[in-house]
Amino acid sequence: MATKNLEARPSSTSIKRAGFWQRSRDSRSAYLYLLPAGIVMGIITIYPLCYQVWMSFTDYGLKNLRKDSAPPNYVGLNNYTDILDGDKLRAIIPTFDFFRILFFNLWWAASNVVFHVSIGILIAVLLNTEGLWFKKLYRAIYILPVVIPAIIIATVWKNIFDTQSGPANGLLRFLFGFMFGPASFNIPWLEQNQPDIGPLPLAYFALLIANIWLGWPLNSVVATGALQSIPKDMYEAATVDGATGPQKFFGITLPMLRPAMIPFAVFGFIGTFNLFHLSYFMSEGKPFGRTELLVTQAYKLVNGNQLYGYAAAFSVYMFFILLVISLITNRITKATASAD
Amino acid sequence: MAVTPTQQRRVLLGFRSKSKAGFQTEKRLPMRQQIILQLICLFVAFTVLFPIVWVVGVSLSPLNVSRPTSIIPENATFDAYAKVLDKPTSNPVTFIELAFNSLKLAVGTSFFSVMLGVSAAYAFSRFKFRARATLMLAVLAVLMLPSVATIAALFTFLNQFQFGDFNIRNSLWGVGLAITSGLLPFAIWNLKGYLDTIPKDLEEAGAIDGANRNQIFLRIVLPLSTPALAVTALFGFMGGWTEFYFCWQFLTNPRDFTLAMALANMTGQYARTTPWAQFSAFAILVALPVAVVYLFLQRYIVSGLTAGGTKG
Repeated sequence: MATKNLEARPSSTSIKRAGFWQRSRDSRSAYLYLLPAGIVMGIITIYPLCYQVWMSFTDYGLKNLRKDSAPPNYVGLNNYTDILDGDKLRAIIPTFDFFRILFFNLWWAASNVVFHVSIGILIAVLLNTEGLWFKKLYRAIYILPVVIPAIIIATVWKNIFDTQSGPANGLLRFLFGFMFGPASFNIPWLEQNQPDIGPLPLAYFALLIANIWLGWPLNSVVATGALQSIPKDMYEAATVDGATGPQKFFGITLPMLRPAMIPFAVFGFIGTFNLFHLSYFMSEGKPFGRTELLVTQAYKLVNGNQLYGYAAAFSVYMFFILLVISLITNRITKATASAD
Repeated sequence: MAVTPTQQRRVLLGFRSKSKAGFQTEKRLPMRQQIILQLICLFVAFTVLFPIVWVVGVSLSPLNVSRPTSIIPENATFDAYAKVLDKPTSNPVTFIELAFNSLKLAVGTSFFSVMLGVSAAYAFSRFKFRARATLMLAVLAVLMLPSVATIAALFTFLNQFQFGDFNIRNSLWGVGLAITSGLLPFAIWNLKGYLDTIPKDLEEAGAIDGANRNQIFLRIVLPLSTPALAVTALFGFMGGWTEFYFCWQFLTNPRDFTLAMALANMTGQYARTTPWAQFSAFAILVALPVAVVYLFLQRYIVSGLTAGGTKG
């Protein structure tokens, strides 16, 4: 790309430019360019979203699905209050608890991103070590989790944590079987009868392991890009001043990585917050819905329970939750950007 | 998520780039340190490769073993692949038919949304008009909502289009529209980000030579944005190739079923009877084409990922 020219050239063309861009201010052609996408988005995105808000005030269900069936009844804010209250929905979905799902979802996203970013940075720094052998080979291997479709990763990891024949238990049996006896490694990672570790069910840790495997490589790629743009003189100067390795890491590397890593961590947080496949396929929400996320619960309201009205209200809640998260993360990104 | 061009370039350099000191001899690492670091690297490589090697191993094990436990199978065989290509699930469809349905969704949705998206992106990037900020905010707001959250509305809305026996919801057309509904805002946003980084000088030169708006767009901007178009289309393709939740919710006719649906049928509580070898062979056949393309285009993709939105 010819981006270099843009920087190299002074503003000699600015007069010409003003004239040219003046002419393009005719907004008619702008709307013409927007028209095709606008019509399509209007019909299949904006209209359904408005339709969804309307649905959220009705008891839209299976009974209203046929074309000639009666329209759904208006129920006011009942769907919204029922979701927060939970009692009515628990009659249909025994494990439903909106606030438990929300808090688990927030914890799930935050805990994952911490691991993703820190492991990503550490491995990027490791692979950036001067004189390390086989760097290219390792980089080629480490990128593999990124290239596999999410649904495949989720279903494969489900089998890995299988109680009887899964290789996760197999590996533990192989490593520690001689100490505790092989029978103690039929751990029901993803079953209903799994044990808790502290306040969290075991399935959370199985999901966490799978998602760490999935998530750190991309963070590492981003960190590598940022690492290679740190001038070497800084390290040399620090060495002359007698800085130790850890001092250089915390004093130079981490601060220099921050502008690239924080936007990406925010991106990762929202991505993990809405990560459908792992929870849906691996733990299936077990035990008793405690590893359910907002996205999987929203899907199950539609797919399993056909409660379209409730699902619509649930989605409206999701929209506002994500709006708040975006506003907060946006502020974090901006605040850290201006600090440099 | 605004990523500046500098950041993008940095990310673009990514894993592949060589340091400026590529011609100088690198510092040599003391042997003890080298060995320790190599051990760590090998351990990380082991954790990354373990699930992959396991799936490959299981896919080669014979079909009469329902749950193979060893990583290197005894009596390795390609039976599972043969079985999966012929009739992967209990439904009377072949792998090729499933793959063709997935391909239709993937190609259709990505082509459609990139074509519509680039024109809208051009308007947002190069024109100043009154509703610009409002409309861009609308695109962003839609982008923020994961597409799962729109499923109730899309399902009931598309279900109303019944023509005789044909219901648009219960067809690949309906699923395609639902996927496009999420993909198009992403395409607009991603392409706008890229168009913003293209310098305007060339367009000005074109205008001086007497080209009009449309000629500039078709002859100058479109060719220049080929990499971004390709990456955005590729994202769309990846999404469509393994799209699950719309397919699973909308489609009831086995002739319309897709790869992701078959995969879901082979796992989970309904799949106690499916041998793991069969599931693994199927998973590999689905993942392989995507993975190969991804690896070839890795350099572009990483920047596309970071510049893109948050659509899940």
